[in-house]
Amino acid sequence: MSEQYRNNFLREVEANVEEGEWVKRCMQCGVCSGSCPLGPHWEHPPQELFMMIRAGKRDEVLKSSSMWMCTSCYNCIARCPRELPITHIMHGLAHYAERLGLAPKNQQTNKFAQRFWNNLSKTGRVNELKLTLSFYFMNGFMAGVKMSLNMQKVGLGMLLSKRLNPFEILGGHGCKDSKGLQAILKKAREIEDAKIAKFQG
Amino acid sequence: MAKHNYSFYPGCSSQKGASSSNQLRSTQTICEELDIQLNDIPDWNCCSASIGYAGGGELPRLALSARNIALSEQAHPDQDIVATCAACWLATREANDRLNENSGLLANTNEALKAGGLTFKGNKKIRHFVEILIEDIGYEGLKKPVTKPLEGIKIAGYVGCQTNRPFGIDGESFENPLYLDKLIETLGAEPVENYEKKVSCCGGALMFSEPEKSQALVKDIIESAYDGGADMIVTPCPVCQLNVEVYQEQINKKYGTKFNIPSVYYSTLMSVAYGRSAQDAALNGQVIRAIKLEEIAAKS
Amino acid sequence: MADKKKLGAYICKGCGISERLDIDELAKIAKSDGKVAIAKQHDFLCNSDGVKMIQADIDAGEVSHIVIAACSRRAKTDAFRFDNVAIARTNLREGVIWVRPDTEDAKETTQEMAEDYIRMGCAEVKFMTLPSASGEQGRVDHVLVVGGGFTGLTAALEIAKAGYLATIVEKTGALGGTAAQLYKRTPVRSPFADPQDNGIADLIQQIESNDKITVHLNATVSKTEGAPGRFNADISPDIGTKTFGSIIQASGFTPYDATQLPEFSYGKTPDVVDQLGLEALAKEANGGAIKRPSDGKEVKNVVFVQCAGQRSEKEGHLSYCSGHCCMTSVKQAMYFKDANPTVDAMVIYTELRMPGAAGEDFYRNGQDKGVTFTKGIVSEVVSEAGKVSVKFKDLILNEEVDLESDLVVLATGMVANSGIDSEILLTEEDEKTEEKAEEKTEEKTIIPIVPAESILNLEYRQGPDLPQLVNGFTDSHFICFPYETRRTGIYAAGPVRRPMDMAQATEDATGAALKAIQALENAGIGRAAHPRSGDLSFPIFRKEGCTQCKRCTVECPFGAINEDEKGYPQFNEARCRRCGTCMGACPVRVISFENYSVETVGQAIKSVDMPDEFDEKPRLLVLACENDAYPALDMAGMTRREYSAFVRIIPVRCLGSVNTIWISDALNSGYDGIILMGCQKGDDYQCHFVKGSEMAHYRMSKIGDTLQQLQLETERVQTYEIAITDMERVPKIINDMAATIEKIGMNPFKF
Repeated sequence: MSEQYRNNFLREVEANVEEGEWVKRCMQCGVCSGSCPLGPHWEHPPQELFMMIRAGKRDEVLKSSSMWMCTSCYNCIARCPRELPITHIMHGLAHYAERLGLAPKNQQTNKFAQRFWNNLSKTGRVNELKLTLSFYFMNGFMAGVKMSLNMQKVGLGMLLSKRLNPFEILGGHGCKDSKGLQAILKKAREIEDAKIAKFQG
Repeated sequence: MAKHNYSFYPGCSSQKGASSSNQLRSTQTICEELDIQLNDIPDWNCCSASIGYAGGGELPRLALSARNIALSEQAHPDQDIVATCAACWLATREANDRLNENSGLLANTNEALKAGGLTFKGNKKIRHFVEILIEDIGYEGLKKPVTKPLEGIKIAGYVGCQTNRPFGIDGESFENPLYLDKLIETLGAEPVENYEKKVSCCGGALMFSEPEKSQALVKDIIESAYDGGADMIVTPCPVCQLNVEVYQEQINKKYGTKFNIPSVYYSTLMSVAYGRSAQDAALNGQVIRAIKLEEIAAKS
Repeated sequence: MADKKKLGAYICKGCGISERLDIDELAKIAKSDGKVAIAKQHDFLCNSDGVKMIQADIDAGEVSHIVIAACSRRAKTDAFRFDNVAIARTNLREGVIWVRPDTEDAKETTQEMAEDYIRMGCAEVKFMTLPSASGEQGRVDHVLVVGGGFTGLTAALEIAKAGYLATIVEKTGALGGTAAQLYKRTPVRSPFADPQDNGIADLIQQIESNDKITVHLNATVSKTEGAPGRFNADISPDIGTKTFGSIIQASGFTPYDATQLPEFSYGKTPDVVDQLGLEALAKEANGGAIKRPSDGKEVKNVVFVQCAGQRSEKEGHLSYCSGHCCMTSVKQAMYFKDANPTVDAMVIYTELRMPGAAGEDFYRNGQDKGVTFTKGIVSEVVSEAGKVSVKFKDLILNEEVDLESDLVVLATGMVANSGIDSEILLTEEDEKTEEKAEEKTEEKTIIPIVPAESILNLEYRQGPDLPQLVNGFTDSHFICFPYETRRTGIYAAGPVRRPMDMAQATEDATGAALKAIQALENAGIGRAAHPRSGDLSFPIFRKEGCTQCKRCTVECPFGAINEDEKGYPQFNEARCRRCGTCMGACPVRVISFENYSVETVGQAIKSVDMPDEFDEKPRLLVLACENDAYPALDMAGMTRREYSAFVRIIPVRCLGSVNTIWISDALNSGYDGIILMGCQKGDDYQCHFVKGSEMAHYRMSKIGDTLQQLQLETERVQTYEIAITDMERVPKIINDMAATIEKIGMNPFKF
């Protein structure tokens, strides 16, 4: 339960969100919002998100599609006069929202990012073909065919320039020690889970 | 033994049959010319780029990079880690910096790495391949192997985001870095001056999830290159290269433009200027052919 | 001395002067027209050999009045400083060769320019006498400090440390003022992280143990008269009259009366306090949890409302920013956070103003401690059924919020304890006597709760207290008068001068202490204070010619001139800044200085060789203020900007010193155009003598009638406001006037 303009949610963000302890340092100049390449498409630009966190608007922040608009261009980081790692905070908020199951359903970037992670954490390396196909077909077979047709020319070009390998679908690249890698990721996730559980008491 | 040795982190998209395999090919070519040897980090893994955050929390993502660094520390203890991919470099360097600065994160990361039998020590320097060229070889050194100066070609040096921010190359400004322009000049070509979209974002991975918004960004990047009179666009970043090159037809369809401008890696440019074949320069990897470079490469 | 004037001219040939000008001819003219006994040339006049040559003549008694024809009077001032002789400087370098093209065509007119300047220098010096102190001055190494708050205590301590005596007069029964009411003060040293002890106890201890400092509590200054070096102050009750060399007024401020803010429920509930109210609560808590006044419960959340009743144009509000309140609120929010980090402390601001590196670091530290900063506007504080809630608009989230709070702190402003506004008194008087200088374009802001009691009770013609600049603060001018006021030898320091915090008050007190010491030292030897510091001349007046018109006593920007019972002016030269505004004002021209008078300038004007009407060589006169316009003209020369060779420039102390007789003399002598160059006037004036430029503009606005009566075009006399940076503009003004004269034709009064 977070009350308006009390610090509960800010404390939660500080504890559980990547670089969250920086949020209180925002001085509301708005340079980040003005510097974002997708700025106009954000429901709440970063400056506003920081204020919402301080105003205790937990649901509105975590359910927002805003953070998912981040292209990771780092313009906000480069320009922030208070040197807030804004890009990381956005990633952190998005991840935390997803982790709590609050992230908006059907958010495309969320889905793509999720598939990207699944793809890489399985073998240790990204398989571009599988990633692309899984993303295009995530909404069902027919939607996938349509999307693929749309992208057909792009794919063909890539194929002809030998930058897309159709045989990747059969297996392709990966780490030799994928077991070890998975063990590392599992352990890392456990440590984080324990930290969050501890905060929530 | 080559003069310059590095522990090399190739990254997923440079793999055979992947989207930036042409970058790797041309990079290998210029390494031969400049006496650089890149030693692959054994059994390297994905860095999770910037987009892995939905599934991967802070610690798992740091652990991915920490694993690569730990493997490099084992295999190439005396060599700096070098990456050609912007995202690989950025993720690895960020992880390295943050683990070295934050003892809590370091302890947690090492606890995770232990599950895979590894330890992160944190005594590595993480460098971009462009830094190697500028700092270790220098513009003078880069000019030496030039046998076919790229005369008469005007090129928009598109630096993009992640080879620029937040670390920067060679201490240059974030708003107007000049290294790519200097490199273009070194190779005998003419850089587009005041290229307005030099450091603008191409949408990155959001080209998949938000194609319309991202293509609007790419449209501006290409338009501004045309405005500057560019024959082609050159970039150091695999995502930039891909996004700027392969969606031109879709953009044309949507905006009624007639874009058809090649987007090449600096390594391709260098390979051609160094007198190497179209094959070695990976010109066959272009979706939009760089005819002017092909012509120079074909000249004897 | 005046009866045996021996004139000598020394002409420099260096810096290219001799390559451009016929020096022999100049020397000849000095003798023939300038009537000098000696005219010498030197290749390099400012070097030791040249200086020695002049000094030898002085020592031998050959010369008593000398003309140095070389560079600008602003250059080589050390080399050309000679004691016991009157000196005029003729500007052949910046004023002639550097502003003229080096061409055959220009040679004749350039030479004529130089020759006229020689004539003018000789004429000027002939009418100068050597200034010497009047003998009226006094010297007392004792500074009166009015106000025993933080600023006054700091100033007194600085004075004592410098070896002078200080007397503090404090109205209340205790030292320390407002600062003593603070639980802690904002930090003054890096890392600017935590509020620190207010330091007052230590300061008072230092004051009390210092034998150079006398303290009078429960005391006021009931009368002040005299001048720097000889101020007599009556200290009431029962202390009597004491003599002081100079005065520091550190009368501080009164907190804005928050009961004037009914919308914020101040006075309706004890749980709404102002910043001083919060200090009292913090003092009571003494590091523990701060308790709510209404029920004594621990405060769990607190809201700070910035700019309460200030930076607002609403009636009864203060229009200005009080400067310290943002820092103070951060400090006070820290009181809560330091005692208990779980307390929610929120500052609602529109713009957070945290000046300097200290401010920015302190702000960051406040954020680090978890103080919430919300950009918003508070519309109302509601007190109902024992609960207080703050209604505000969050400007970032663009929404209205109603937030319950245990305690609300209003950041209200500072009102200066300036005493009585002399300007208002004067305006009233002006209206009565119809002597109004200039129409007041703006209504004066009258601060609602200024204590109408006089602080100094000055026995001055122009009112009992220091003149105010804006918003009731007794500031003077930040560029031209650092720490100065418009009453010589009286320095305002601390929040009475402008709104400030303790860190700034420390600097202010120290600056004022140094100024006060300088003033009493200067007074002791009869020297002027800033900006003509060192000048020994003072206004002399010929009583028999005076018509008791009172213009000088009214117009003196520094209130230096009193009136005797018959209405004759009484010049208190230690109060005088030597601007000459009185001289410019005097309709019967009975006021002059030994080295600057109606004659010295008037004779210079008349000494030029006036070509006749058919010569096609007009003559333009420029009277340029020596503070900004003349340096701008010099810089035009240094940067080789050319202007008309027909111009003759005379520096004046201030445009206020320009007597209209000079204008009519010039027109009668055949000048075709006259340009007056002074400083910026008005509310954001840059006049070094505050009112001089304004007075001159006013006087010149009346000269149009005279011109029309003479059937002369009004364009022939123009007045400009010039900044010191106007080196591009001044040549243009001159050239434009030359073009105007070409268009309207020559002055018909040539002969």
